Order: sequence, then structure tokens, then C-alpha cells
Amino acid sequence: MTGNASLIDYLPFLLQGIPVTLEVTFYAMLLAMPVSVILALGRGSQWRAARWSAGFVIETFRGTSALIQLFWAFYVLPFFGINLPPLAAGVLVLGLNEGSYFSEVVRGALGSIMAGQREAAIALHLPRRYRFFRIMLPQALPIMIPPFGNALVGMLKFSALVSLVTIQDLSFRAGLIRTSLGESGPIFAITLVLYFIMAVMAAFLVKLLERWVNRRAGREVGPLFASQRAMTTIPAWALGAK
Amino acid sequence: MGGFSWNWQYAIACIPQLIEGLQLTIALTFLGSILAFVLGLVWMLLRLANVPILSPLAALFVEFVRGTPFLVQVYFLFYVTPGLGITFSAFMTGVIALALFNSAFIAEVYRAGIEGIHKGQWEASLTLGLPVRRVWTHIILPQALRIIIPMLGNYVIVMFKETAVLSTITVMELLAQAMDAGFLRFRFVEPLTMAAGFYFIISYASARGVRLLEARNAARA
Repeated sequence: MTGNASLIDYLPFLLQGIPVTLEVTFYAMLLAMPVSVILALGRGSQWRAARWSAGFVIETFRGTSALIQLFWAFYVLPFFGINLPPLAAGVLVLGLNEGSYFSEVVRGALGSIMAGQREAAIALHLPRRYRFFRIMLPQALPIMIPPFGNALVGMLKFSALVSLVTIQDLSFRAGLIRTSLGESGPIFAITLVLYFIMAVMAAFLVKLLERWVNRRAGREVGPLFASQRAMTTIPAWALGAK
Repeated sequence: MGGFSWNWQYAIACIPQLIEGLQLTIALTFLGSILAFVLGLVWMLLRLANVPILSPLAALFVEFVRGTPFLVQVYFLFYVTPGLGITFSAFMTGVIALALFNSAFIAEVYRAGIEGIHKGQWEASLTLGLPVRRVWTHIILPQALRIIIPMLGNYVIVMFKETAVLSTITVMELLAQAMDAGFLRFRFVEPLTMAAGFYFIISYASARGVRLLEARNAARA
């Protein structure tokens, strides 16, 4: 088949999309993390203005489609005289979007630290900044690692949307190869597998991070490759076993 | 600030086209949700049943779907299925893509719902000697559904927002209609902003509804 030969010719071009996808994911996550902390603090602030503006940002980004946000940044912002390069527009939208979702995780993690910790810090007359950065945040971070892993994998998949605003990532290149090759099955299958490999690797790296943090905090860590968790809470008799 | 001004006349002229798109978006969400609920149940039951080849295959499929972008899955379905001799309309491809992608997550919702039931409920049922069927229908499922239904509601909202991606395979839903209107005059401010408003109103109101449902269930539990 001649089709297969030319597909191999296109493979290097496709693979060049991987660093682009990773770059978009990295920058967007780099933006999303501080944004989520700021939004979480804003939501819990004692100032009404801060609560309202954080709530406005969060609800806007969570209430509409990510793709329409991206198109809005790309097609509408120039009307306001704001001309963002595609990469900046993509990173900005993905970062703010994920930051809005992740702010709930941050809020939950900060809230889960016992009130006693905060009260003790206040009683000891520790300054506000010290209280947040040295008492609250270090205890909240380990709790946030598993959801961070989910968010990272989510962002990897999410980043495919930037291909629709002319960024030459993995998805963009797959689409380009499809049009010039006129054959789509293998190219999209390969692309899906490449994304899957990246997602598995990202999840694994976060798992390593989680174990490292837990070990440093003196907590027990389980085996690295746990077998698929079985449905433990359902007794065998309920599943028809004799 | 370039020469920006919001043109109300143009904005109002766009509304019928946007409503047309919104109807398709809602139809996609509705059909996609129902199919996703059923498929999710299939994946979970396969996992429970522990059939030799089928169960690991279903597990792998679920993992794969969860680890790959929706956009590329949509492309795959849209461009590859005709080559296999199966031809769906863009609309049907959209429904199937939505359902397949989200069913992988919904399987987890079902699992979480059943696993969330306290061990004591099972033990008490066994002690009382209730028939297995009764245990499921009268003890376990009513409690599990109270956890599951609000979570399913959240996924319906997720799907509603995800339908926008289907504009890339020529499904003329809300975003596609807004872009269409925009390209006609090369002016995107009004149609895109109003389309975003439509998405926002519906998903915000639905999210509020789901939250009310959760609160009511929590109060009853």
C-alpha cells in the first residue's frame, strides 16, 4: 500500500507537535495554579468586592464552553484593540478556565485544615503572611496533589482545542496530514495513542510526586503499581456468588 | 480601544440563528446524555461481572477514552467511520462521540455511588435474610441514586458545554451558528458574546438546580 509509506514520511512532522502540546499544557498549568489560589482566597475574602469579582471570574469561565472562550479571545478581543498572539490567547484561556475549576479544590483543601491550626497560629501571633505560607499552604498542598494530577491530564487533553486557533500542536498537525494524505484512520489512531501515552506518563509523574511528598511528611505510602481497585464494598453474595 | 461599539440592531438580528443553534445543542445534549448513561452502566456492569476477556477490554477502553482529547476522538469518529462502511450524519456522529467520551466518566459515577454506601447496610441486609434482589432494589439502589443523580446532572452540564467542540465537524449547533453569523459580516463581537451568554444562562441555572437537589438529598440522608 502506498498510503502506508507516505504516512511514515509524515510521522516526523506529526511528532514535532508533541513539544508544542507539552509547551501549551505547561504554560497553561503554570498560569492556572496561582490563578486558582488567588480565586480561592478571593472567594473566602472578607471584602465583598473581592468575593464578587472572584465569583464573577469563576462563574464566567465555568458557565460557558472553553471553545467559545477561546474563539472570543481570538476573534473578539481584537475588536477591543487587544491583539494577542495565538499562543498567548490559548494559554490565557486554558489557564483561566482551569484555574476557575481548580479554585474549588484549593478552597476545599484550605478549608479541610483544621480550624485549630489557624487558631493556634493566630494565638501565637504569627503574621498573616507567615500563617498562610508557612502553616496553611504547606498542609494544603499534599491534599491537592491527586486532583492536580487529574487537572494536568485534563489540561493535556484540553490543549487540543488550541489547534483550532492555528497553533501547530499534535491535533493541528494530524488534521493537516489528513487533508494532504486524504487518509484519516491511521493518522488519528496514532494521534490518540500519542496523547494517551502522554497522559499515562503525566499521571505517573504526579504519582511519584505524591509519594515523595507523603514520605517526607512521614506518612505511609502504598505500592507504586497497585492492581486495579476492585469493588471492595460490595459483598460477593450480592453479586450472585454462592 | 479600537473603534468598538456594540451594535444592538445586529445583535438582535442574530438571535433567530442563535436560537436555531441552541435547539440543536440541546438535542445533542439530551440524546448524548441518555446514551452515555446507558453505556456507562454497561462499562460498570462489565467491570463488576469480571468476564475473562471482555472486562479487561472494557477497562482498557475506559482508560483510553479518559486519557485522550475529545476533539481528536470526534475527528476520529467523523473521518474514520465512513471508511469502515458505516456512515452517520454529522449530528449522529456528534451524539455518539459525546456519549462514548462521557460514558467512561459516568461509569465511575455509578461505581462511586454504590461504593459510597456504608458496609453496615450490606451487613444488616444479610442479617435480616433479605433476598438479594430486594437488597438491591430496596436498600442499596435508593440510597446510591441519591448520590448518583446529582453527579449525573453535573455531567449533563459538562456535555452541554462540550457540544461546542462538535462545531468542528460541521454540526450547526450554537457555536457554529454564532461563527457563521460572524463570518457573514466579519464581525464577531455580538454573535459570540450572545452565544456565550446563552451557554452561561443555561449551564448556570442548571448548576444551581443540581446544587439544590444535592442540598435536598443531603438533608434527607
